[in-house]
Amino acid sequence: MMKFRFRRQGNDPQREKIKQELFAFNKTVEHGFPHQPCALAFDPQLQLMAIGTKSGAIKIYGSPGVEFTGLHRDAAAVAQIHFLQGQGRLLSLLDDNTLHLWELGGASRDRGGAKSEGVVYLEEKRNYSLLGRPGLESCSASRVTVLLLLSSCDLLCVGTEGGGIHFLDLPRLSLRDNQSLLLDQVMQSIPEDYRCGKSLGPVESLQEHPKQPGKILIGYSRGLVVLWDLSTRNAEHMFLGKQQLESLVWERSGSSFVSSHSDGGYSVWAVASGNTYTHQPVSSSIPYGPFPCKAINKILWRTIQSGCPVVLYSGGMPRASYGDRHCVTIQQDKQHVTLDFTSRVIDFFTVHTTDPEHDYDDPKALVVLLEEELVVIDLLTTGWPSVPPPYLAPLHSSAITTSCHLDNVPANHLTVCVCVCVCVCVCNLAPPPRQQELLLTGHEDGTVRFWNVSAVAMTPLYKLSTANVFHTDCDPNDDPLDPTNDPEALQEEEWPPFRKVGCFDPYSDDPRLGIQKISLCKYSCRLVVAGTAGQVIVLGLSDEWSDHTVDVSTVDLLQDREGFTWKGHDRLEPRASPAPFPPGFQPLVLVQALPPASVTSVMLHAEWNLVAFGTSHGFGLFDYHRRTAVLARCTLHPNDSLAMEGPLSRVKSLKKSLRQSFRRIRKSRVSGKKRPIPTPTSKIQEANAALADQEEVAPVQRRIEPRSADDSLSGVVRCLCFADTYLRDGTHHGPTLWAGTNSGSVYAYALEVPGVGTGRGRPGGEGSGCVEAVLGKEIQLMHRAPVVSVCVLDGRGKPLPEPYQASLDLATAPDMTNPHSVLIASEEQLKVFSLPKVGAKTKFKLTAHEGCRVRRVAMVTVCSTAQEDYSETSLVCLTNLGDLHLFNVPALRPQVRYDCIRKEDISGIASCVFTRNGQGFYLISPSEYQRFSLSAKVITEPLCTVELERPLETHIRSLLHTNTSGNTHSSLLETHTLLAVPGGDYNRTWPRCSNVHK
Amino acid sequence: CFYVIRTPERNSLFEAEYRRFALKMSGICGFQEFYRLLQTVHHIPGVEVLLGYADIQGDLLPINNDDNFYKALSSANPLLRIIIQKRDVDEPVVFATNSLQRRKKGLAGLRPAQQKSKPGLMIGLPQDFRQISSIIDVDILPETHRRVRLHKHGTHKPLGFYIRDGVSMRVTPQGVEKVPGVFISRLVRGGLAESTGLLGVNDEILEVNGIDVAGKSLDQVTDMMVANSHNLIVTVKPANQRNNVVPRASRVSAGGNSSSGSVGSAFSHDSAPSTASQSVSHHSNSNSVAEGDSDEDGDGDLIIETDSLPPYLPHRCVSNGNGSHRESPLSSSLGQRPLPQSMSLSMTTPTHNCSPTKTSSSQESMREDGNIITL
Repeated sequence: MMKFRFRRQGNDPQREKIKQELFAFNKTVEHGFPHQPCALAFDPQLQLMAIGTKSGAIKIYGSPGVEFTGLHRDAAAVAQIHFLQGQGRLLSLLDDNTLHLWELGGASRDRGGAKSEGVVYLEEKRNYSLLGRPGLESCSASRVTVLLLLSSCDLLCVGTEGGGIHFLDLPRLSLRDNQSLLLDQVMQSIPEDYRCGKSLGPVESLQEHPKQPGKILIGYSRGLVVLWDLSTRNAEHMFLGKQQLESLVWERSGSSFVSSHSDGGYSVWAVASGNTYTHQPVSSSIPYGPFPCKAINKILWRTIQSGCPVVLYSGGMPRASYGDRHCVTIQQDKQHVTLDFTSRVIDFFTVHTTDPEHDYDDPKALVVLLEEELVVIDLLTTGWPSVPPPYLAPLHSSAITTSCHLDNVPANHLTVCVCVCVCVCVCNLAPPPRQQELLLTGHEDGTVRFWNVSAVAMTPLYKLSTANVFHTDCDPNDDPLDPTNDPEALQEEEWPPFRKVGCFDPYSDDPRLGIQKISLCKYSCRLVVAGTAGQVIVLGLSDEWSDHTVDVSTVDLLQDREGFTWKGHDRLEPRASPAPFPPGFQPLVLVQALPPASVTSVMLHAEWNLVAFGTSHGFGLFDYHRRTAVLARCTLHPNDSLAMEGPLSRVKSLKKSLRQSFRRIRKSRVSGKKRPIPTPTSKIQEANAALADQEEVAPVQRRIEPRSADDSLSGVVRCLCFADTYLRDGTHHGPTLWAGTNSGSVYAYALEVPGVGTGRGRPGGEGSGCVEAVLGKEIQLMHRAPVVSVCVLDGRGKPLPEPYQASLDLATAPDMTNPHSVLIASEEQLKVFSLPKVGAKTKFKLTAHEGCRVRRVAMVTVCSTAQEDYSETSLVCLTNLGDLHLFNVPALRPQVRYDCIRKEDISGIASCVFTRNGQGFYLISPSEYQRFSLSAKVITEPLCTVELERPLETHIRSLLHTNTSGNTHSSLLETHTLLAVPGGDYNRTWPRCSNVHK
Repeated sequence: CFYVIRTPERNSLFEAEYRRFALKMSGICGFQEFYRLLQTVHHIPGVEVLLGYADIQGDLLPINNDDNFYKALSSANPLLRIIIQKRDVDEPVVFATNSLQRRKKGLAGLRPAQQKSKPGLMIGLPQDFRQISSIIDVDILPETHRRVRLHKHGTHKPLGFYIRDGVSMRVTPQGVEKVPGVFISRLVRGGLAESTGLLGVNDEILEVNGIDVAGKSLDQVTDMMVANSHNLIVTVKPANQRNNVVPRASRVSAGGNSSSGSVGSAFSHDSAPSTASQSVSHHSNSNSVAEGDSDEDGDGDLIIETDSLPPYLPHRCVSNGNGSHRESPLSSSLGQRPLPQSMSLSMTTPTHNCSPTKTSSSQESMREDGNIITL
């Protein structure tokens, strides 16, 4: 029957056309920090930065919103990237020893018929694989170690493991035959006493002479450095270093260079014309000596007009005491700072003057790419403070535990919400996007971060910490502010002069602080966050510092249930003394659920001053206006004992599995020993062992049984919903609360909220009465699948507006004249029931038909591309197979289906969050959100251009990045790129960085 | 002459009447007549009763038509014990299950098991027989396939089977091909699947409620089966092809071959499955899906409306204002909070008090208006 219904719909060409105008699936942009970065490059001319990742992706970033992504065909790690400066091309070296040339090309890709002028994409043009030539070099010898692109961009020098250097023409990527510089050529000119029968080792560094093009500096692993003239093919100068070489860098004038070594030292060598051999460096030092140090992997030497040169290097730490630190040192004369990072240093570069007329480097900023974040250090300001980058913020500075999206945030509210916070930057995009979108992420360490996701660049807005509401093990006088903001406080008199930099901090002080659910009212700026230890915190916005104690209330969800003992964690200890709360969201009330199980669902109704929360034991309703609990309801099934044991109940199974694996080890040992003497008894033992093994590796099988009431964790409250609807009778509507559980039960309560509509809780409002809740209906779904979502539909079948939307005239008022209905989505079925008499109206049995289970459900309103004012409300549903199904409401007819997430990507599916206009986000790695769109009209994607001078193509003078992302957010961004931008426009795109120029 | 033992009605549990009366064997010509006779003898005209008799072995057997009535008479030597029981919805013991019982199954979970049934022989009237399983669509399926319907209605037996991944052999024009398939891996002893005898270990599962499982993962098939578990229709290719319903003689040779295939058999008459089975499954799809829809299993959700919900108060604020007798909002709401148990109890009580005819009629009306149980 369902099948026939599909077919009939599918055959209607008009409906098909409308569907095409409404729905389209696109994965648009990735927000956040690239997962497992392993290469970094910077083009100072175009102001573009490229990051290569382990999975073979290349991401190019320009000014906020300008992004390009390319993916290699083979998923090999990107080992190196180099820009062909000013050409919009880049070269990548992969782990599999292949070279790839990428180009920003203006290939016009169609998307939804809307062709965008001048949009540029990153495309792979050519690739080249350097193979070992038989007889000459073995395969490993031809492995590429370093690349050098000459500044003329027409020649690529490739240094190899075997010590040979090959030359490739660019951009054709063709090998110059018979011009390769092999080791024996170099060996000939080495003095006899230096040779001592050993190889020179792999090429470790290739550097072009800054003043004389055509001369390159070649550094071999053993320590030999050769200044080679490419035109005469002759070694001009030899520096007979004795220490194993790590990297080389020229001084800008070309009169000297610096080498760094594996013993943690660096040496300065003078390049004097005349003599061919230099045996000793001018100076040499081991900064963190005298005890054995780790290698200095990379060193930079930057001259400054006004003073001593700045030396920047990574590594070199004393092996014994600080060998495990990830450090970059900045040294200038007496100033010395050791930047202490929380993750591995991948690479770094400085932003400095590249104008050849200029005699000094004058570095402005240091950019360090770490495994988990990007850190920018302002080198112009004394003290070298760190500057938060406008994007590439580490989403996962503490693991993301939940997320929540709000769109159409009133611009003034967001500004209010954001301006009051000292540590907040407003991105003055010009023109400002009409619609502000906010993404809130909850983290394991009890923080909530606010991100502006209105455009392609996801920018951090504000960070809220909830840890200071509680008395935790860590220092109670901890400054709640980000410690990176006041570097002075952290500078200690120690050697090396460490300074903690960066915000990636995967270690949580107390796992109970973790945020589980967030609910924010964008009109009243009331925020509710709920966490792992049953804490529910109601916060309000304030623009002043405040010292106050937070009201604490506990709600016992078990009520009179006997025979249960909670074996999980304790509740968090609320702080007894007043705590200083910075401007921003400040806690008003703390509600603690007992037992302190993790909050599984929370819902705020700011207009009624109510917050509802649920755990695995039940749910509660709290009136934060009067600060009293209204309702506590236990949802536990009498047979459900697992729920009471708390999160530690897994211990048992762990013990069991450990025991099993030990047994297996023992067994294999026994059978190994017995093998040489095959006696009858040993045979039996072996047979038994084999049998036991078979038991253990029994094929995966699944039990087929209906869900029963006493399945474990049946009491978990999965969803909560407030609605003003008809529950008592068909003529009078009123506030209601709906709660759905894991075992397919839905409870509906009729609420008595005094002064509804007259502004409860506002000054002068009629809000002194008590809120009361009376159970109205209980629905037990026969199939007992967990209830994923409950949503009340108005007389037109549209979801009810959010709180305040109707009373502030921000949305069309709900239809209260026709009968309402309630949509209950369980893991297996979608079903619409009539109200107030609950009777099934329509349903769709998704699991029975498709074999997939509902994971996430949301109501989205999708606008048509053809008709400006036509929109449809659909139910979007993400399943455990990672596909998206769209249904119309309330008929629940399937509309379209898209594959979205791999079904193996469980964390991706679990993290998915939808926006009301048909977009969504999910985590593709701990640090990256993938944004997608189901709407044919609302697409936020980077459509960017880079106007560049390229030798072979059109000449355009200025550099311009443009972002034209989608129809709703078409905004022209400024042309300048992320880092160190010349001129005064700087402030507009990146206000936080303005101090670089002061 | 006979002994007639009349068992008590439900609400007078400890009161039983025994009557002994004689009857001419030839005097009664049919069941209906006998039934009316008993009603008059016991002065219970109009009350529906169930009749049973004890046969020579002492087993309790029903009397509900002429055939078993005559059988009962013939077994009288010379005394026939007849047990008369009032037909009562709440009497689960002997003639337990009618459709009404099933309806309320959802509630049974909420309600503490109050009726401890004594183990007795469960033989009921034909109209009370409930279908546990059936083989359906035999006429349109290939002989190698079997479509089995399992009803998980009144029984408390588990469905009782497990499924696994496996490899299935298919005969295609290109030759024998291995394709992934889903198989029954285990039957639970005493479970529904085992006791029906219609499903066996290593049977390949081809369809679930009319939907082809080809290309679906084990987890997907599991989810589909669980979602349909209240009325599960599986099409299987039995590993043991011997017990197939193959009446025609031409299939004898095929039956002989079948013992060889343990994984799944690839027979000559299955060699063109692409055309034949597709058309068949198309047929059956519409068929079984329609069945699935008509059986209203999804509409069996239980909805409890509380009578504690006060009707709309026209002056809410006023009533709140003068509600000085009420306790604080927390304690009052918590105190009078109705628990599900109490409600389900209150729901069962009226059925006890009502006269049986009334109960059944109200049940009928409930069934009509979408199974909302109104209190």
